[in-house]
Amino acid sequence: MSEAASIYTVDKVLLVAIRDNITDTDIINLQEDLSERIVNEAARGVVIDIAALEIVDTFVGRILAQLSSISRLLAAETYIVGMRPAVAMTLVELGMDLPGSKTALSLSHALRSLKAKGLA
Amino acid sequence: MTVAPTTEVSRLLREDFDSVLDAWFATQKREGVRRPDLFSDRESRRQLADLLRAFSEALARIDLDAPVDIEAEIWSDLRLALSEITLVRTERGVAPWEMTAFVLALKQPVFEMLQKRLTGTPEQLLQEAANFGRIVDAFAMHINEYFIAERDEIIERQRAEMMELSTPVVQLWERVLTIPLIGTLDSMRAQEVMENLLNAIVEHSAEVVIVDITGVRVVDTQVAQHLLRTAAAVRLMGAEAIISGISPKIAQTMVELGVDVGEVTTRPTIRAALDEAFRRVGFRIGRVEDTRV
Repeated sequence: MSEAASIYTVDKVLLVAIRDNITDTDIINLQEDLSERIVNEAARGVVIDIAALEIVDTFVGRILAQLSSISRLLAAETYIVGMRPAVAMTLVELGMDLPGSKTALSLSHALRSLKAKGLA
Repeated sequence: MTVAPTTEVSRLLREDFDSVLDAWFATQKREGVRRPDLFSDRESRRQLADLLRAFSEALARIDLDAPVDIEAEIWSDLRLALSEITLVRTERGVAPWEMTAFVLALKQPVFEMLQKRLTGTPEQLLQEAANFGRIVDAFAMHINEYFIAERDEIIERQRAEMMELSTPVVQLWERVLTIPLIGTLDSMRAQEVMENLLNAIVEHSAEVVIVDITGVRVVDTQVAQHLLRTAAAVRLMGAEAIISGISPKIAQTMVELGVDVGEVTTRPTIRAALDEAFRRVGFRIGRVEDTRV
């Protein structure tokens, strides 16, 4: 696992923390690691924390959308949390408003939603 | 340092300062730019004396071979005095033309005095008068520029204030924000609205934001696009947007324009929107037990 992103297990939820220095290679590795972890741990919930992310481009935007789609296919509900205002504005500007992904203000908000559905 | 041909004007100001001042004052009175309704005689005289003194001092050092450059260092005292007086006078409602006439009123009395002093040398008289006129004209122009700069500054300030005023994010309740939009929503304001709103979401940990467009005069495709983009950005942050204040007319226009709001929640009134917001964050408004008789 690379330094730029880490996956932790919290209860039955996989928490993915993305750092701001993440590279394109890192993010592709992350995609692989995450899909394997979801299956191996039978996780029903995934929270991707991007609070550290200050800059996004179309590539990162697409990968975020893909991560959500993959998790959903593997029956894990995915939340993207902690998005900064500047990042949100950029993504909207780029026309990538991640229609398939669920979002939450923070990790605790996402965990609360997952708990309410009995997924955590 | 050239021995300037304005020596006579310089000398005149040195020797006869008070009578020049009086004559200037009198000319202003005659031309109706004295404004006795705004300034007492004493105050007016003090203003004139300040100006004339600075003028006289600069005149003693001027190089008349060069073009008159009001921005030059030797005029700095005069510029300062002029700015102060212009500021005081404009604050009390003196018009730009009056301010220009106020300065130009110095010409005639000085010309007359020069004429008296230089009766024997018409060539010098002409030279002196021309030079003096050139300097006073430069000052009148400087005043105009000052006015324009002042106005520009006011316009710029008001624009900034309007921008701020027009995009206030208000916390309605715990975790519920609203942004009432008023007037027109162009790209620049839409950007401002989005920025303020997203930052406020972080600041208040808001979960629902109500974008109220009751005060938006025209909703065209572009405005609708801005609204939907704002809603999309709000959703990315993990909050929900409710667009309220959609009048029957706007609803019809939006449909006619083919605007699809998608999954964005809309409500006709801010009241209905607040109701929905409360439902989402888990509050309920109820009537207290009726104690009225």
